[in-house]
Amino acid sequence: MSIETLSFDTSRLDGIVSPARRELWYRSYRRFANQPMSVVGLMIVVAIALLAVFAPYIAPYPEQVGSFTDFANAYQPPSLNHPFGTDSAGRDILTRVIFGYRIALLLVAVVLGLGVPVGVMLGLVAGYAGGWVDTIIMRITDTFLALPPLVLALAIASAFEPTLEIAMFAIASLWWTWYARLARGLAGSLSDEEYVQAAELAGASTTHILFRELLPNCLSPLLVKATLDAGIVVLTGASLSFIGLGVQPPRPGLGTMVANGTQYLPAEWWISIFPGFAIFVLVMGFNMLGDGLRDLFDVEVEQ
Amino acid sequence: MARIRQLLRRLSGMAVSLLGLSVLIFVISRVLPGNPARMALGAMASEEQVAELAAEMGLDQPLPVQYVEYMRRLFVGDLGRSLQTKNAVAYDLLTKFPATLELITLAFTFMVVFGIPLGIVAAKHHGGVLDNATRLFAFSTVSVPSFFIGIVFQLVFGYFLNWFPITGRLSSAHSGEVVRTTGFMLVDTLLSGSIAAHVDAWTHILLPALALSFSGMGQVIRITRSSMIDIEGQDYIEAMHGYGLPTWLVTDKYTLKNAFVPTLTILGLQYAWLLSGAFIIEIVYSWPGLAKYGVQSVLTSDVNAVVGVTMLVGVVFVVVNFVVDLLTSYIDPRIGLAGESA
Repeated sequence: MSIETLSFDTSRLDGIVSPARRELWYRSYRRFANQPMSVVGLMIVVAIALLAVFAPYIAPYPEQVGSFTDFANAYQPPSLNHPFGTDSAGRDILTRVIFGYRIALLLVAVVLGLGVPVGVMLGLVAGYAGGWVDTIIMRITDTFLALPPLVLALAIASAFEPTLEIAMFAIASLWWTWYARLARGLAGSLSDEEYVQAAELAGASTTHILFRELLPNCLSPLLVKATLDAGIVVLTGASLSFIGLGVQPPRPGLGTMVANGTQYLPAEWWISIFPGFAIFVLVMGFNMLGDGLRDLFDVEVEQ
Repeated sequence: MARIRQLLRRLSGMAVSLLGLSVLIFVISRVLPGNPARMALGAMASEEQVAELAAEMGLDQPLPVQYVEYMRRLFVGDLGRSLQTKNAVAYDLLTKFPATLELITLAFTFMVVFGIPLGIVAAKHHGGVLDNATRLFAFSTVSVPSFFIGIVFQLVFGYFLNWFPITGRLSSAHSGEVVRTTGFMLVDTLLSGSIAAHVDAWTHILLPALALSFSGMGQVIRITRSSMIDIEGQDYIEAMHGYGLPTWLVTDKYTLKNAFVPTLTILGLQYAWLLSGAFIIEIVYSWPGLAKYGVQSVLTSDVNAVVGVTMLVGVVFVVVNFVVDLLTSYIDPRIGLAGESA
């Protein structure tokens, strides 16, 4: 059998592989669609993302987001005009919640956008290189993991004037650790696989092995972890803001709005309750979606 | 012998973690670009005042000198003075920590008492309505911001139903009757012989502890459920059902015991995590504990106090992890101590 016949065979395979792959996708889709909770989770996340992106067009009173005051309309209970009521400055709370979602999702994007690539890179290098490189990287990671993120973020934020940007920086600077550990475990277990050894034998560069062989095989657990983490990032950011170290008024941070409302309890309960409930809905969406993805890809990730 | 060697290796690992922790906290407090003295005095203070306070805190020395001095003080337990309370930070920590420990211990008890039975119920009705309801509840507890659930409890059980007080540890009416001995209010009120104060202390701690327990309850429910289902499916359990042993006996004696190992690991870690949740709950309920002290020091840029609180939380985490490792390997000897392949 000559080489020509072999290459002829592979090209004929294309027609066979592609429907099989389509079948695989279809089955995954069926499995996902059969879990009502994950579908609801996906719908929540997509709906909130759309609200956030189109906030200026959707929010009923976009001009009332920031340092707007209308004291004649302050402390209005929920009504048709103001479904979530108005706050102490007379601003529409629904409008501020919609804009608050913008800040929450921006935080998620920045923290995961910085943390995931950095952590994955460090973890892959540690797991593949082994030896002292591994020891040093993982020691640093373990040290960061010895403190809960909220406490560590508090300590970092304490060194600066409190702003949203500092809160983002504080959370992002410690979120890589989880991904470093996850990617390192995966890379360690995968580097014994035959296809990696084959690539090594074929003389592939380390970069090729890390990014073309190992990384694609780590993607599904990373995606699951990132989705579940998105909820925790939202909670951490909201907690920092609630304490007073995150988003500062008059910016509409959800946690900031809850904190501001506590002084008007119990009479004007809606000032705190609606923004708090809004955080809960978003985090719930991420968790339900992440859980569905976990079943779909059949991966275990530590939480 | 092998056990002892494992234990020694794990102990030295813990020492390295603690050393790493001290470096990390030093970096956060001294190397990050903020000026602790300026932050503490505020924007109105003059340059001279800032320089004077910086010198007093040793901040004018080169970093390596500062680090050596910082480590020397850590070893003798000298954490410096709090700029806010003017007390030694170590003293402040000692007086505040019991209140937090009391709160997280009760929250932990709630987590176990509600979480494990719910997990078992879910596993028994695997796939049924009860299972799904429990699952939804578990999801809600991990998704709800702790300050939100805290406020909801205050509104419902405090303001509207008027069952419980909303803030604090003890009503001022009783504060004269209680002598501080252990720092745990539930114990001190009993030691002082005042039943009324003891009951009052319970009414104060119930709401914050319940709110705090929510953050980890979902995890406990889910891990109990999944490990129960896992063990139920094992051949030896099926064999016992096959022999005709009563279901309660199999569940009680074999499934539960084996399903408990993963649950124990999660429980241990959750105990430490409650400390993190306390940072929010103590603010909501004005609970005079370590976390409230920590948040106040962060807000007033009280560097020594921030270092002290962060250090204490870190040490608790490292030690709890160590103890959990020891316990799991004691219950199930097949599990080597972490970092070993058994």
